[in-house]
Amino acid sequence: MSAEAPILAADGVSLRFGGVRALTDVSFDVRPGEIFSIIGPNGAGKTSMVNCVSGRYRPTEGRILFAGQDITRTSTSRRAALGIGRTFQNLALFGHMTVLDNIMVGRHHLLRSGFVRGMTYWLGGAQREELAHRREVEEIIDFLEIQHVRKAVAGTLSYGLRKRVELARAVALKPKLILLDEPMAGMNLEEKEDMARFIVDLNEEWGMTVLMIEHDMGVVMDISHRVMVLDFGKRIAAGTPDEVLADEHVKRAYLGEADEVVHDDGEPAAA
Amino acid sequence: MDTTLLFQLVLNGLIVGALYGVVAMSFVLIYKASQVVNFAQGEFLLVGAWVCWWMLTTWQLPFWAGFLVTLAFMTLFGILLQIIVLRPLIGEPVISVIMATVGLSIFFQALMKWMFGVFAQPFPPIFTAERMRVMGLEVQTVYIASLGVSVLIMLGFWWFFTYSKHGLAMRATAFDQQVAQSLGVSVPKVFAMSWAISAVVSTVAGVVVGVVNGVSSALSFYGIKVFPAVILGGLDSIVGAVLGGLIIGVLENLAQYVDAQWLNWGNMYQIAPFYALILILLIKPYGLFGTRNIERV
Repeated sequence: MSAEAPILAADGVSLRFGGVRALTDVSFDVRPGEIFSIIGPNGAGKTSMVNCVSGRYRPTEGRILFAGQDITRTSTSRRAALGIGRTFQNLALFGHMTVLDNIMVGRHHLLRSGFVRGMTYWLGGAQREELAHRREVEEIIDFLEIQHVRKAVAGTLSYGLRKRVELARAVALKPKLILLDEPMAGMNLEEKEDMARFIVDLNEEWGMTVLMIEHDMGVVMDISHRVMVLDFGKRIAAGTPDEVLADEHVKRAYLGEADEVVHDDGEPAAA
Repeated sequence: MDTTLLFQLVLNGLIVGALYGVVAMSFVLIYKASQVVNFAQGEFLLVGAWVCWWMLTTWQLPFWAGFLVTLAFMTLFGILLQIIVLRPLIGEPVISVIMATVGLSIFFQALMKWMFGVFAQPFPPIFTAERMRVMGLEVQTVYIASLGVSVLIMLGFWWFFTYSKHGLAMRATAFDQQVAQSLGVSVPKVFAMSWAISAVVSTVAGVVVGVVNGVSSALSFYGIKVFPAVILGGLDSIVGAVLGGLIIGVLENLAQYVDAQWLNWGNMYQIAPFYALILILLIKPYGLFGTRNIERV
């Protein structure tokens, strides 16, 4: 493995809610350009970990570093501006807004025009700026194949489409690191394949580093460069998909018996 | 029946109703952005009108300058109010926040009386012609101006929420704060901005009413009149607030007409909106455009 500086590093992160230990001393790092997945049984602390990275939760102990900068105390919105985008486990689109407006919210920190320049729309270059933004937004829309619904109200779309719009909104942020919390939950096989392709393209063509939580073992093992396994808030293994699959702890804690695991078509044993 | 009087009253109703609509919009703005029911909305009008009056009389500024200074002051006023009083209350029970705004209302009423006295003070005249005739009806110039200003503000709101970056951020925040944050929207800034805009917009209404009736603590009554309007329109709907304001404005003038012609009770003008309020709560508690799941307190 290369010694390249990690884009994201969690250093001994613990998270407690009263007496409940959601995370205990979890450390990992994500290297630039990789797809890094966190897996584990329900309640293992995967989403808690992602929330610590995105800023929704403050770790009780430990530090989070993004591109070498300590962001443990940085606000969520500031982190987004620094380049951490995310999607949510339960769909979190602005249901009454159009798809386009949803995506434009993702551009918030990139739109420089404030109130005054907006008021002088045709004079101050705000119009030119908006055109440039629209072009980039259209690119994202093309990429995620949601052209046909761009003017539709987000709440009226099908589940799979909404998932894609949510991804588009996160991509619109132009994040260096994108956090995907179960991007394929509740999708059928075809939708899953599409989504897997989008994630790989995001990673390879758009150069985004991906930190993903996903239950579908087939997909995780297929597209991830490295995988970390959490169980009861503790890290029990990490490494390449093959290493993780071979790990005895992982088999016991999560995947069940070895022969149930590796089939691409099957649902994960313990998901 | 006296149809000219009737028309005159409907016109008055629309003009006053547009002002109610403007105040109601700024009330709904705060509610939508930060889920605070602001009982001090009327005091925004009061403080704004007094500050403007003070600029024009004591400092002898021309109207446009005094007005701009007032708007700048009220922007700051709204932001500071949010930061000092309401931000520490984030996460507290709704009822505590409401009590805080009731407290603010009492505080600013008393403060204004202490600073400027208890008597109504007339604004220096702003328009050269006091009245003009519109389609055969006699209307005060300032009322025409106020209608124009109200419509401008409404268009401004529409533009702001549809096309501006901050308007979009505000809509996003109203829908889901966590998600908005994760997209780079600073929620504290959005809250502060909503209070600032609300204070400024209410001030415009306050100055208009002040120019017509003189500045006095009666202005804060608009904060109460706003309730029938927003309940009718729906607590979280800006369009509803405008419509609600217009309807309530016309309603009170018609009530006055009915009162003057037949009932002779003498107080329908003030009371009618609140009868309407009770009726709406009985029949359609979420208003014309309100979301069903909003919280009632």
